[in-house]
Amino acid sequence: MAAHGHTVKRYTGLMDWLTTVDHKKIGILYMIAGLFFFLIGGLEAVVIRVQLMKPMNDVVSSDTFNELITMHGTTMIFLAAMPLLFALMNAVIPLQIGARDVAFPFLNSLGFWTFFFGGVLLNLSWFAGTVPDAGWTSYVPLAGPTYNSGHGVDYYVIGLQIAGIGTLLGGINFMATIINMRAPGLSFMRLPMFTWTIFITSALIVFAFPALTVGLVALMFDRLFHANFFEVANGGNEVLWEHIFWVFGHPEVYILIVPAFGVISEVVSTFSRKRLFGYSSMVFATVLIAFLGFMVWAHHMFTTGLGPVANGLFSIATMLIAVPTGVKIFNWLFTLWGGSIRFTTASLFAIGFIPTFVMGGVTGVMLASAPADYQYHDTYFVVAHFHYVIVGGLIFGIFSGLHYWWPKMFGRMLNETLGKITFWTFFIGFHLTFFIQHFLGLLGMPRRVYTYLDGQGFNNMNFISTIGAFLMGIGTIAFLLNIFITWSKPRNAAADAWEDGRSLEWSIPSPPPEYNFKQTPLVRGYDAWWKEKMEGKTAMTPAEPVGSIHMPSPSILPLIMSLGLFIAGFGFMYDRLIVGGLGLLITFACMILRSLYDDHGFHIEPEDQDEGVHA
Amino acid sequence: MSAHDHLDGQLPHEPEKATLEARNKILGFWIFLGAETVLFGTLFSAFLALRHNIGDGPTANELFQLPMVFAATMLLLTSSLTSVFAVQSLHHHKKNAMVGWLVVTIVLGLCFLGLEIYEFWHYVHEGHGFTTSAFSSSFYTLVGFHGAHVAFGVLWISLIIGQIFKKGLTVVTAPKVYISAIYWHFIDVVWVFIFTVVYLMGKVGG
Repeated sequence: MAAHGHTVKRYTGLMDWLTTVDHKKIGILYMIAGLFFFLIGGLEAVVIRVQLMKPMNDVVSSDTFNELITMHGTTMIFLAAMPLLFALMNAVIPLQIGARDVAFPFLNSLGFWTFFFGGVLLNLSWFAGTVPDAGWTSYVPLAGPTYNSGHGVDYYVIGLQIAGIGTLLGGINFMATIINMRAPGLSFMRLPMFTWTIFITSALIVFAFPALTVGLVALMFDRLFHANFFEVANGGNEVLWEHIFWVFGHPEVYILIVPAFGVISEVVSTFSRKRLFGYSSMVFATVLIAFLGFMVWAHHMFTTGLGPVANGLFSIATMLIAVPTGVKIFNWLFTLWGGSIRFTTASLFAIGFIPTFVMGGVTGVMLASAPADYQYHDTYFVVAHFHYVIVGGLIFGIFSGLHYWWPKMFGRMLNETLGKITFWTFFIGFHLTFFIQHFLGLLGMPRRVYTYLDGQGFNNMNFISTIGAFLMGIGTIAFLLNIFITWSKPRNAAADAWEDGRSLEWSIPSPPPEYNFKQTPLVRGYDAWWKEKMEGKTAMTPAEPVGSIHMPSPSILPLIMSLGLFIAGFGFMYDRLIVGGLGLLITFACMILRSLYDDHGFHIEPEDQDEGVHA
Repeated sequence: MSAHDHLDGQLPHEPEKATLEARNKILGFWIFLGAETVLFGTLFSAFLALRHNIGDGPTANELFQLPMVFAATMLLLTSSLTSVFAVQSLHHHKKNAMVGWLVVTIVLGLCFLGLEIYEFWHYVHEGHGFTTSAFSSSFYTLVGFHGAHVAFGVLWISLIIGQIFKKGLTVVTAPKVYISAIYWHFIDVVWVFIFTVVYLMGKVGG
């Protein structure tokens, strides 16, 4: 095999990161970009809360406030939460299924760079001075050309379109990876729960994102080329946007939360030192939640006026989702029950997740009741609800996952004391911010309004809410401090960093070598690594002899392709069709180059496999 | 196990599925087509919601001429058949026959595109421009998206033919032919729906 002497240029330093197709490095890139946008979105949130701290405040103008809420929502969902999930997916999934990489390493890199350039384009709107201000849902006619003539919403439409391509590629890639790249013996019903949830999330991405693509194309055509999809004067239909947006938008929130379910399942099981309770019911519940997720979009539109029959059906379908979700909650509780629980930071975030998410679920069922929703609609009650499920659910899950897999990603353990400070400040801050917003909403405070009058009973609650937001900010800073302090520590994390690891990623060094597994492992049951440990083994049983390992070549093309889309975006936005065409030409030229030149990759020979283990 | 173990002339029976890379590509492409289905499904929904909102423009009934659309349909359906022949030649390792069928496929695709461009040009002259009404915007977006897919397919298959001449029929090039054929069938199926939903329903219900 050594006869294949394809010499591949291997880069170091910055070029290594720009050209990498290694899922572990791409995971780290996703994490850095995701945390960066998380900070931007968080900063926007703090400004929003400062503005609402007291009645008739004038820290920001009403226009700026609209821009802030729009960019906060859009940034947090598309540019912070999604990439942080992709960070965990990339870092963990190939390791959990015993694979040397994802099915399409090149596409993986392309997915990251398109997401990144889409996010950058969206946020450059702050510097251009025309910021999207029609809310993260960008409802027409407010977002249409008639009532929104600046370039603000163009940034939203084109930025999300480019970032969405990256997400779709990621979804396809991980579906194919999980179907085709599993180690021998790793049947579907032996997959770790996190892998299962990522599989389901990827399927949701594949079947939900194209709807957003079409919605954004239609809005873009309306805005840039004077089409009439949503222009009522020429026969357009505004409710159509609501339908298209939420046909994507509701599965999107499950795309966000389902991976958190997976993280919590792994963490709860590891730190209770017990097998996950009700594994197969957990799998079934996840599939059911994903399926029902496509059937409930119109519960976002109860007050649109679809009529009692539609509202009734969507009400019932929405309430049904509480059943599989309840199954999950009880499974986690029963996993904890009787376990010898370790309260690490990861474990605290997971345990904190359970009651918090239940509260978000309960208000979800309340909102699912269409008649009651007429009362809650567009009030702070809704704001409280979705922050309970997205922050209290997803962000707790991400924090839990980052603390849990950090040693596997970087070879260093995060500091537990700082971790606990992060947890308690963030957890208390979160509930302080959002619990009280339920009552604000029930009292009738509308969302998305930049200020309120004195004497309505809103003052104290808003003040408390703002204090909570600061506390969450302190929690986030503690986490960043933890990262920087850990950076200076030696790389000494053990392979099985928490000693109670159950799945395959804990059977290989931290961080894993470039090729992950020197020999593909043979999986003999659920919780593969735990099973081997219980039988007194210190390593997985290999499924193949030691041999030459084939690796894909690094490539700069994904970066240039994404840059082409980025340039094209600006060209179309500012009516410079030549620039737009040039940008697309760059992207297509890269596609042709990729097709013409075969990627032979390179081989890592057995004698090289023990040195340079740390990727 | 690498792709280079199979020399030309000793191709396995199904060279498009000989390597894990190729099997990944085929599976990934099917998943991609799942996404494309949702994409076109949403475009169809938008069109169905807006198709009666013609504003000051002509109705679908006045506009569409079934004989020409029928001819376009026949061209595209036939091109699907010829791409099946290309894949059959691939399975029999008959490189030249395969390239021949691919060329026929492309030519039929180009004829289809020519008819479509003529059709659009004709409609614009009838007062049915992109910005005329919600009906016209959604019509051009749906049918135009399909046309863009056909154009992309034509360019893609041409590129693959060039590679076949240069690199021969190998376990690297075979999956490309196979996947482009799946893609071609997909855009054919989409056209069947367009023919039914846009043109036939436009004539009957317009």
